This record gives sequence, C-alpha cells and structure tokens, in this order.
Amino acid sequence: MKLITAVIKPHRLDEVKDALQSFGVHGLTLTEAAGYGRQRGHTEVYRGAEYTVDLVPKIRIEVLVEDADAEELMDVVVKAARTGKIGDGKVWAVPVDDAVRVRTGERGPDAL
Amino acid sequence: MPPGILTLAADKVTLSPANTGFMLICSALVMIMTPGLAFFYGGMVRVKSVLNMLMMSFISLGIVTILWVLYGFGLAFGTDSGGFIGWNGNFAGFSGIGLTELWGTSTIPVYVFAVFQLMFAVITPALISGALADRVKFTAWALFIALWVTVVYFPVAHWVWGEGGWLFELKVIDFAGGTAVHINAGAAALGVLLVVGKRIGFKKDPMRPHSLPLVMLGAGLLWFGWFGFNAGSWLGNDDGIGAVAFVNTQVATAAAMLGWLAYEKLRHGSFTTLGAASGAVAGLVAITPACGAVSPLGAIAVGAIAGVLCAMAVNLKYKFGYDDSLDVIGVHLVGGVVGSLLIGLFATGGVQSKAKGLFYGGGFEQLGRQAVGVVCVLLYSLVVSYVLAKVIDLVMGFRVDEDEEVAGIDQAAHAETAYDFAGAGGGTVGRKGPALGEALTKKVDA
Repeated sequence: MKLITAVIKPHRLDEVKDALQSFGVHGLTLTEAAGYGRQRGHTEVYRGAEYTVDLVPKIRIEVLVEDADAEELMDVVVKAARTGKIGDGKVWAVPVDDAVRVRTGERGPDAL
Repeated sequence: MPPGILTLAADKVTLSPANTGFMLICSALVMIMTPGLAFFYGGMVRVKSVLNMLMMSFISLGIVTILWVLYGFGLAFGTDSGGFIGWNGNFAGFSGIGLTELWGTSTIPVYVFAVFQLMFAVITPALISGALADRVKFTAWALFIALWVTVVYFPVAHWVWGEGGWLFELKVIDFAGGTAVHINAGAAALGVLLVVGKRIGFKKDPMRPHSLPLVMLGAGLLWFGWFGFNAGSWLGNDDGIGAVAFVNTQVATAAAMLGWLAYEKLRHGSFTTLGAASGAVAGLVAITPACGAVSPLGAIAVGAIAGVLCAMAVNLKYKFGYDDSLDVIGVHLVGGVVGSLLIGLFATGGVQSKAKGLFYGGGFEQLGRQAVGVVCVLLYSLVVSYVLAKVIDLVMGFRVDEDEEVAGIDQAAHAETAYDFAGAGGGTVGRKGPALGEALTKKVDA
C-alpha cells in the first residue's frame, strides 16, 4: 500500500475530489494547512507598510491506495490540481506497512 | 462656531423647537462618533489587544461626561478671564441652568449647547488613544484623560470657541474643531508618544490590522456622525450655513477618499480598504474647521489635498522612528493642520465669516491668523501633554509590563479576550467568589 499526500491550492479542492471519486477512491482525509514553496507567499500593504505573508493557506489531502494504483492516482491528482501558476503545490507517495479498518478489524488492502 | 450667532439680533431670539430638536439629534450623532472611532481603531490592532483599544475610547464617554458636567463646561464656555480660561458658577454641576434658558443669542437651550459640546470633549481624548495601541496601562490612560481634558481640552476649547477666548478674538476660523479637536489631539498623541515609546517589535513583527471590516464599520459611523459634528456646529441657525457645512462635509470626504486611493494606487499598486477608510477620515478631519468658510468646490480641493498629504504623512513614522500605532499624527494632526491652513486660501468670504482667503482676493491676513491658531494649539498641546504623560509615568508607570504586552493587553487589563477561536482550553469553574450553588443552598437553609 501507499499513502498519497497532496498539498494543493484550496480552490482546486473540488476538482481534485471529483477526480479521485471518478478514479474509484472511496475515502480521503483532508486537513487545512499553511505553508510555502519556492514562491515564498505574497505581500500585503497596509497604509504603505508592506507585510510579507509567507505561510499561505493550503489544503492537504491524504489517500491510502494499493501499490498498483499509486502512480496513476498521483497523475490524476496532479492533473486536477494544476493551474499552471506558481504555488500549485506538491504530491508525494510513501510506503505503508499495514492498515486496519476500525469498524471491522479488516487488515491490509481489505481495509482500504 | 459662535461668530455667526452674534449677528442675530438679541431681542428677537426665542427658543426654537425645530433647532432644539435638530441640535439634540446632532448631539446624538456626535456621540456615535466615539464608539465609531473605537471600531475604526479596534479593527486596526491585533487580536490580542482589540478590547483594550475599544475601551480606551469608550472610557472617555464615562470620564469626560462627568468632568464636563462638574466643571468642564464652565471652564470652556464660562465668562472669560484673560482670554485663556472661562468660569461660570452656574455651570458647575449644571446646577444653575434654567430649563428654557437660551445659549447666548442662539435659539437653543443652554442644556442643548452644553450636551452638544460635551460630545466634542468626549471624542477628542479618545482620538489620542490610537497612537498608544497595545501598550499603555488602562488606569494610567484613564488618569491621563481626566488630567488632559482639564488642562488642555477645556482651555483650548475656550480659546477657540469661548467668547473672549484669545483665538476667538483673533478671528481664527475653526468651524467645528480643526484646531480644538484634531490638531489638539494629534499634537497630544505626539507628546505622549515621546514618553511612552514604541511597541515591542515595532518595524520587526507583523502588526497587521486584525479586522478591516471593523475599520470600515467604524469609518462609516464616523462619517455619519460627522454630519452632526459639522452641520450642528452652526447651532441650527436658519441662515443656510449649517446646510453648506453638511454639503461640504460630504464632498470633502468623498474627495479625500479618492485622493488617498489615487496616491496609494500610484505608490503601492492597490486600492486598499484601509486606504479608503483612512482617506475618508482624513477628509472629515480637514473639512471640520473649513466647512463653514469654503464653497463646495473649495471643499473638494480641501478634501483631495488632505487625502493625498495624509496618505504621504503616515509614512513619516517609519522615517523618524516614532511608533504612532494607528496614525493619529498622520491623519488627525496633519489633516487638521491642512484643513485649518487651507481656510486661508479657500475662504470665500461669503459664508461663515467675511474673511477671504488668498485665492478669493483676501491676501495673506486670514492665512496668517490660521497659522497662529495652528502653531499655538499644536505647541501648547504637545508640551503640556508631554509633561502630563511624564508625570504619570514617574508616579505609576504609563506602560504595561513587557510580558503583558507580548501576551496581549486584553487579558492583563480586562480579564477578557475578544474572540473564542478554539472553543477549547478549560471548563467553567463558576463565578468568582462564592459558587452559585453554594449561595442558593444558603438561601434555602435560611
């Protein structure tokens, strides 16, 4: 199994959710996050005084998938989240040893 | 404000129900400016000190009201002595004022004039508080208000508006408070700042406004209340000058907002809400002394000039390194000076006063008078406010402790916080003192 984590722009959430659903993903976990990449946030001006806001709002989505689906799923997320502008985010995958569905106690791929 | 009322023939004067009603409404309008100011300032500070900012304005409604009734009205508008201060024993505690006794040659009761002027006295010290955001002891601030109105506001109001006051006799024009209110408060802010010093983290930590919608709400209430401030300052006399003041208030404010926004767009690239709100207030400040002396076109000029100059002036604090937190100096002092001096250029001679400004064929005479008014009020307020703040600082300390300032003054000074973001962090421990249940049990036992 793999854990796919995607950090995306908040306004792309609906597109990414729809794409995951049509791909056949049953569940996901979502966190409101803040961070920055190479673009280092933005600048705000109050009465001429400039403030750099480097931690910008992001959405962090986590999905557990089987190994075979991981690569394709990453592509799906990237396609849905992309605007082409700076700050689009990042997607990565890490291996997962085991998983348990709390309600039934099923383990491994059955728990997905 | 009073020169025009002296032109009415004294023997024809009777109480006017219309003017009395109008002036009571104007007084209520001026009252709403102080809570409006509280929101204007409150939105500009950080979350941790918004309540303190609101309270610094709100407390003025308590303290100044009482002092005004006890002796302030007498000092400001009593019989003149030496051009510097007035006194009238009947005004002390409002004890000798008759219900239908009229104010001078106006058509409104003394009570109405007294309460209208009270609202001016309330908002003026509240204006100063914007320079001191986040860092002064509430008790020290309350004491400062009481002392400051006594030795600065009441005398200066007498100079400018009291019959026999020396600036009044000099024919300095101040329709509704450019010198007595705005220059006075702005200069005081500078005086206190020199004692109190900068916020911890000034120019280093981000100190972004926590709620621009509150700032807009406050600016809107100020604009609304300002019609009472300016149009009411002619005391309801039926010669149309109050109406001109109303029109000028509207157009100058509009022009100043546009002026500020234009400057901001050119200089920083965006039309900001804070800029629109600040520009409007700068226009209101600048037209305050001038709204009875200029034409509506003149008012547009006064507003636009003030909007641009005040937008430039708020940067002075970064240049000179004084921490005027919410730009009381940049907006009120500079706006007040601009408006007062521009009377010397734009006065038409056909409205409140016969005096003409430079652009209307009047020469430099009125400009000179205005300059004397500006400089004298500025210096008096600056020096006396500095001394008062210094004394308070030596006696009880003007600033809160460093850790209280960093943690947020709301908790330290008021035992409250403005917003419940988390909903977590401790259960209800009951009331301070005997628990509610305990008290109830005792009652049952008895």
